[in-house]
Amino acid sequence: MKGIIGRLTRIFFTYSIKFISLLLAVSIITFVLVSASPIDPVQQYITGLGTAVSPEQRAEIEDYWGVNEPPVERYFGWLSELLKGNLGESAIYRRPVAKIIGERFWNSLALMLCAWVLSGVIGFTLGCVMGMYRDRLPDKILKKICYIIGSVPAFWLGLIFLLVFSVWLKWFPVGFSGPIGVLSKDVTVWQKLYHLILPAFTLSFVSFTNIALHTRQKLTDVWNSEYVLFARARGEGNRIILRRHGLRNILLPALTLQFASFAELFGGSVIAENVFSYPGLGSAAVAAGLNSDVPLLLGITLFSALFVGIGNMIANLLYGIVDPQIREVRE
Amino acid sequence: MKQKNETLLEIHDLSISFRMYDHGLEQTNLQVISNLHLTVYPGEIVAVAGSSGSGKSLLASAILGILPDNATVRGHLHYKGQELTSGRQEQLRGTEIALVPQSVAFLDPLMKVGAQVDGHRKPRPADKRKRLFKRFGLPDKTEQLYPFQLSGGMERRVLVSAALITDAELVIADEPTPGMSLEQASEALRMFREMANEGKAVILITHDIDLAVGFADRVAVFYAGTTVETAPASDFKIGADALRHPYSKALWKALPQNGFQAIEGFQPYAGNLPEGCLFAPRCSRKTAQCMSNVPPVREIRGGEVRCYHGT
Repeated sequence: MKGIIGRLTRIFFTYSIKFISLLLAVSIITFVLVSASPIDPVQQYITGLGTAVSPEQRAEIEDYWGVNEPPVERYFGWLSELLKGNLGESAIYRRPVAKIIGERFWNSLALMLCAWVLSGVIGFTLGCVMGMYRDRLPDKILKKICYIIGSVPAFWLGLIFLLVFSVWLKWFPVGFSGPIGVLSKDVTVWQKLYHLILPAFTLSFVSFTNIALHTRQKLTDVWNSEYVLFARARGEGNRIILRRHGLRNILLPALTLQFASFAELFGGSVIAENVFSYPGLGSAAVAAGLNSDVPLLLGITLFSALFVGIGNMIANLLYGIVDPQIREVRE
Repeated sequence: MKQKNETLLEIHDLSISFRMYDHGLEQTNLQVISNLHLTVYPGEIVAVAGSSGSGKSLLASAILGILPDNATVRGHLHYKGQELTSGRQEQLRGTEIALVPQSVAFLDPLMKVGAQVDGHRKPRPADKRKRLFKRFGLPDKTEQLYPFQLSGGMERRVLVSAALITDAELVIADEPTPGMSLEQASEALRMFREMANEGKAVILITHDIDLAVGFADRVAVFYAGTTVETAPASDFKIGADALRHPYSKALWKALPQNGFQAIEGFQPYAGNLPEGCLFAPRCSRKTAQCMSNVPPVREIRGGEVRCYHGT
């Protein structure tokens, strides 16, 4: 028991250090990039105010914000505020960035989670089918479908879905996370889910082909292995081999891939949310980018780094649980 | 000669070739086993000896029907007097015919050893496995280990257990003894002997001619994918003169205790096989006939030999 607690503490510390250094690196890079960009945050702020500002007032704002200080000092000023939990105020929404991210994240999380589960289940199942029937008709057909879907851009697919399912068939709404004309606090869970389905499907199409093709390859490797040959020699049929040896040996790579797909998912959500006017983090990121909303952009960048980092960390931890060979090395 | 229905396994004129893509889309057939014959009677251990690449392991796959898809098999395989069709092979695998594979790579790296030895059949023969492990001196906790946690010798004993746990009448053991200590190897072979004494049969594929001769009833010598000679094991104890084929004689003389003399040249590779007798290019007694025609199998002094000049 003591060993387990010791191990957990050690894992916790290692990952904490990794995370902190990751976020620091990301914060430095984004800060440098934004500083180097032609965006003038003061001008954006003033534009956002909507009133005319005299040059003296402008100079005061610049002083107050420390625009003319050296970049390193500016960075540390920003970082110390960041550590206090102050991500600044969004120039376009006129509200604290942390609050916007907090609200929008839940919408995005619901969307990404649905898409993540969908792509995982569809991808893994298709991969297994292709692997079992490799080089035969089901595999040939599915593989081509995967290649086609995999090479179609997500926004185009989203538009096609909208055209077919929302405009022609009228099965699903055209956009947003709730019905038009209803206050957001009155929107029911079912309405939210109903609005979620189409964007989630679009988003899952971004990564399921990848998972399917990887699973197929892994299963093919397993099928060509000597232990499957021996299983055959002992009278195991295809289905039993898949159950006893196949799933066991492809689960680990599939899980890793699944959690490592957080990055793709986040990237995909930017596109899917915009096509479906879905009020999530992705559409906020685009809005922030197009309107030069520096605080919001920085906040979302850091947050997405955190999100993707957590996904990779989970994948690493799962490795240790699923694979006895790695478990042993750690012990 | 014994009647056909008495044999457990009978192989005649077995040829195996692989379809390969040579240059681009050019398809070639690579013949790896040609005109191979082997007969196994109930109650005996037949050792299959020969150098690497002589087709020993492929024979095991052919009997079990687990060759890769690009393999073509021609010839006659009979098990208990009936033709061994792929449907029948499927039924017999793991029940009447069992395999002891060559290495631990044949075990699933992510599955505990106990569950693998038990196999997929229900109910799990856990008691029998425990008895087998005990006989082989494998500690109780072995069943909870993963293959990568086993030592070389333990691996072999686990693999042998996986075959003995079935009620197979024919065990094909593909090099079961390397990595085992002499006692463990002897114990494994003793168990095969016991099986044979109960009326079952064992095909023992091996490099270790000494060990095989000590336990086997007959020895089949393979060369370049064919059986050149099948001799009673006792002939190997007598010496080169008791053997029939020039290659068997050469093999005997190449053993460390018998002079350690190797003959010139090397075994021809598949795709580059000579026309007539496969051994002719290296044979000191070859004649024009040997170079053009494949010699038939002849019975001489209680053994079989594929040679025009065998005595």
